[in-house]
Amino acid sequence: MSTTEVKALPKLATVWLDGCSGCHMSLLDMDHRLLTLLEKVDLVYSPLVDQKHFPDDVDITLVEGAVSSESDLEKILMVRRHTKILVSLGDCAVTANVPSLRNPLGVNAILERVSNGGLPKQPDTVPLLCAHARPVHTVVKVDLYVPGCPPSADTIHTVLTELLAEKTPDLHGITRFGL
Amino acid sequence: MRVVTLKINDQEMSGREDEDILHVAREHGIEIPTLCQLDGISEWGGCRLCLVEIEGSAKLSAACVTKVSEGMVVNTESERLSGYRKTIVEMLFTEGNHICSVCVSNNNCELQDMSSDLKIDHISLPYRYPARTVDASHDLFIFDANRCILCTRCVRVCDQVEGAHTWDIAGRGIQSQLISDLHQPWGESDSCTSCGKCVEACPTGALFEKGKAAGEMVKDPKFLVYLADMKAEKS
Amino acid sequence: MIDRKITQQISSAEDLAKVAAEQLEWQAQYQHRVFVCMGTACQSVQSGAVLAALQTEIKNKGRENECLVSPGGCQGNCASAPLVSVPEQDLLYQTVQPADVEEIVDALAGKPVSRLLCDNKGDFFSKQNRVVTNHRGLLNPESIEDYIAAGGFRALLKALAEFSPDNVVQELQKSGLRGRGGAGYPTGLKWSTVAKARAEQKYVICNADEGDPGAFMNRSVLEDYPFRVLEGMAIAAYAVGASKGYVYVRAEYPLAVERVTKAIRSAEKHGLLGNKIGSMSLDFHVEIRLGAGAFVCGEETALISSIEGGKGLPCPRPPYPAESGLWGMPTLINNVETFANVVPIITNGAEWYATIGTPRSKGTKTFALSGRIINTGLVEVPLGTSLRQMIFDIGGGVPDGHKFKAVQTGGPAGGCIPEEHLDATIDYETLMELGSFMGSGGMIVMDDSSCMVDVAKFFMQFCAAESCGKCVPCRVGTAHMHDMLDRITKGEGTMEELGQLESLCDVVKFTSLCGLGQGAPNPVLSTLRFFKSEYLAHIVEHTCPAGVCAPIGQDIRRPTCALSP
Repeated sequence: MSTTEVKALPKLATVWLDGCSGCHMSLLDMDHRLLTLLEKVDLVYSPLVDQKHFPDDVDITLVEGAVSSESDLEKILMVRRHTKILVSLGDCAVTANVPSLRNPLGVNAILERVSNGGLPKQPDTVPLLCAHARPVHTVVKVDLYVPGCPPSADTIHTVLTELLAEKTPDLHGITRFGL
Repeated sequence: MRVVTLKINDQEMSGREDEDILHVAREHGIEIPTLCQLDGISEWGGCRLCLVEIEGSAKLSAACVTKVSEGMVVNTESERLSGYRKTIVEMLFTEGNHICSVCVSNNNCELQDMSSDLKIDHISLPYRYPARTVDASHDLFIFDANRCILCTRCVRVCDQVEGAHTWDIAGRGIQSQLISDLHQPWGESDSCTSCGKCVEACPTGALFEKGKAAGEMVKDPKFLVYLADMKAEKS
Repeated sequence: MIDRKITQQISSAEDLAKVAAEQLEWQAQYQHRVFVCMGTACQSVQSGAVLAALQTEIKNKGRENECLVSPGGCQGNCASAPLVSVPEQDLLYQTVQPADVEEIVDALAGKPVSRLLCDNKGDFFSKQNRVVTNHRGLLNPESIEDYIAAGGFRALLKALAEFSPDNVVQELQKSGLRGRGGAGYPTGLKWSTVAKARAEQKYVICNADEGDPGAFMNRSVLEDYPFRVLEGMAIAAYAVGASKGYVYVRAEYPLAVERVTKAIRSAEKHGLLGNKIGSMSLDFHVEIRLGAGAFVCGEETALISSIEGGKGLPCPRPPYPAESGLWGMPTLINNVETFANVVPIITNGAEWYATIGTPRSKGTKTFALSGRIINTGLVEVPLGTSLRQMIFDIGGGVPDGHKFKAVQTGGPAGGCIPEEHLDATIDYETLMELGSFMGSGGMIVMDDSSCMVDVAKFFMQFCAAESCGKCVPCRVGTAHMHDMLDRITKGEGTMEELGQLESLCDVVKFTSLCGLGQGAPNPVLSTLRFFKSEYLAHIVEHTCPAGVCAPIGQDIRRPTCALSP
């Protein structure tokens, strides 16, 4: 065994807050490139893997989704504490996007409507909604923004390859809001 | 009309003295960002994205309303200008409710293009989330105020080209809003001729044709120049 | 009140002199004259009732033939309203009530009513230099006869007879008068640009859309000297070649509107406005236009748009109104006070005028003193007077044992000047260096009970509410800045947000279309410059040092309850 193989691989995590999971689907759309990527990185936490606890020292965390509930809020604060490079992945994380459609209406109006006139039994059944669905960077510090709905597999591949090579990816022209 | 020589971004060029910096630059392949300027209707000077530096002037000038003059030295790109432009575009994103992925104009939107051109990858100003309405009362078109950036291109095209003046801005400051006639539903407007010019002129998905799904609304306001030229020849 | 009304046309300097002499003679038959201030401030505390009571009292005493009671103008010390003056005794009575009139009438030519006496020899009066407000209230603002008797319209007829239009412009240039609307553009230069412009029709506009919070100089000048403003406009019309003029005044100034309207009618009736003024070549018609109270209409291009019947939205300059203004024609637009300065300049000469003030800021300036100051009111001082003289000598200092903290000049586009700069002189350049602005002349004094973040928030709220919405940085930027300041006053601000606030100030200042947006960040910038510690106290300590955002020592984040001790 050579010494390079002894050195631990960088740890990658992905987190799913208030979003449609499309960004994670896009991540999976990397197809065969996932295999080569996984030789360079250790996927330690993700909705895609069976791991209940977020590890203490993650190198890169990709966050999909807006911060919409108390549970999202707790989670992202915890993730930030244990992550070196936090990436807002996709429009919901970057701008709050579709989840933010509710923002001008107010929580009460939304709950009235979706629970047929009555408020659901909170917080026993579902997490409390925050007043607004917010972009991740309004809650914690974000190191890299990857807009797109969703960012393409190519974009995510570029982001990860560059970050793993300890470079800052230049995403101009590759992705943008909405695309 | 006298022809003057000037320098834009170190490039020597000439233009007619009745032309503005924006057009002379454009004729010479230099694009200056703008959202409220549209060929075929009058200049407005409200979006402030086309601000440029002119040597010898402490103030920034809006290229769309500043005429070229002999010996003028103009700079359209600088760190300062791009910083200002970014903030202004961020202001537009925070002022309304712009949700690209569900917008009819997604991928065909000048505001979206502008954010990309200016390398805006997130909005640092706080979002305002105003409560705005959608007016779908017209038979053919919809006005979604959430996506309106108050550039007044529709107001000007309706007034100056169609001659109907259905649109105008009511209120002031952050309360400004686009209204049809005397603030009644668009579908009840007596003045609207349903010509659709406002829809073509709108840079975002605020005005669109009924029945279009997200990303389907493609606009092309180039015919306005043709109409303006015809009008000018006639008079 | 017995008012003498003339009916004749005035078609020469001789006519004018005759009318003046007759009026003076008529005035002289009264042994005693009494003026009751009928300015807005005095009227608001029932000076009208005092005037009526005085007239009744004199009638009841049968002294109508020896005593003449007239409505007068503003004395300046509005804090002591209502004010009654007895010029031949050199007396000024303050806070006069209708019940006091019997004593006042009995005291004419006798021993003054000492309990009502106002110290009219004190610093408030003696340290002023009144050029624009030289009649010190002793002139019936609605009487063209009194105005003529006091020398009115002589300057106009003199200019028409003895000066060429060019000479008038030169005289203005020599005087060094600068625009009193606040920006300080040389008046003579502006006049000469309009004079040189070639056009069939030119216009003269008097900008009386005074809208700064705490400013009432223009209102007072229009109320007291409507004829002088019109005379100044007519001289300007002659100098630049205009035949039509507008006074654009806000509808919130009903008394000024009434007096100017009457003055126009009265001047027209006597041939001092209209066609062939003074039988000479000048045709000049003036109309009044009312503004609906939008602050932005004080901006000249927005004002012009409003006169044209459009929405009050500013347009990018150039072209300046001097080249293309009302209806696209060359237009001279000056502030009320600028026009009011024209008559003294023509009457006494440019050299005389240029002796007043500083090398670069000539003449006097009226200021509206308000806020935490003893002598609230209207004052006029030579430019170059120090802020300290203004606030402590003339203004009498801060009341109730409080400590002076800052003076805000220049309205919403101005800044707050702290104690350490009180020896700075009031002139265009010095105020600009201090991050403030001359503005039209509002001066709001603040003491240790004012929170400077709260003050900045107040002005930002004003600008955000008054932004016309045409350009993005002013429309959205002022709203953002206000929200940020609001969060700071509630203890929710962060240092990061403070940085964002500063950078927004920069963007809005340099990218906004007109002066409203360009000036809107100034109150924030100047309070950040001189009172940053107060911002930090709110953000870091969550306290308000002045006790405005929460009682001193308490956390501003805690919701305060009105019932809690």
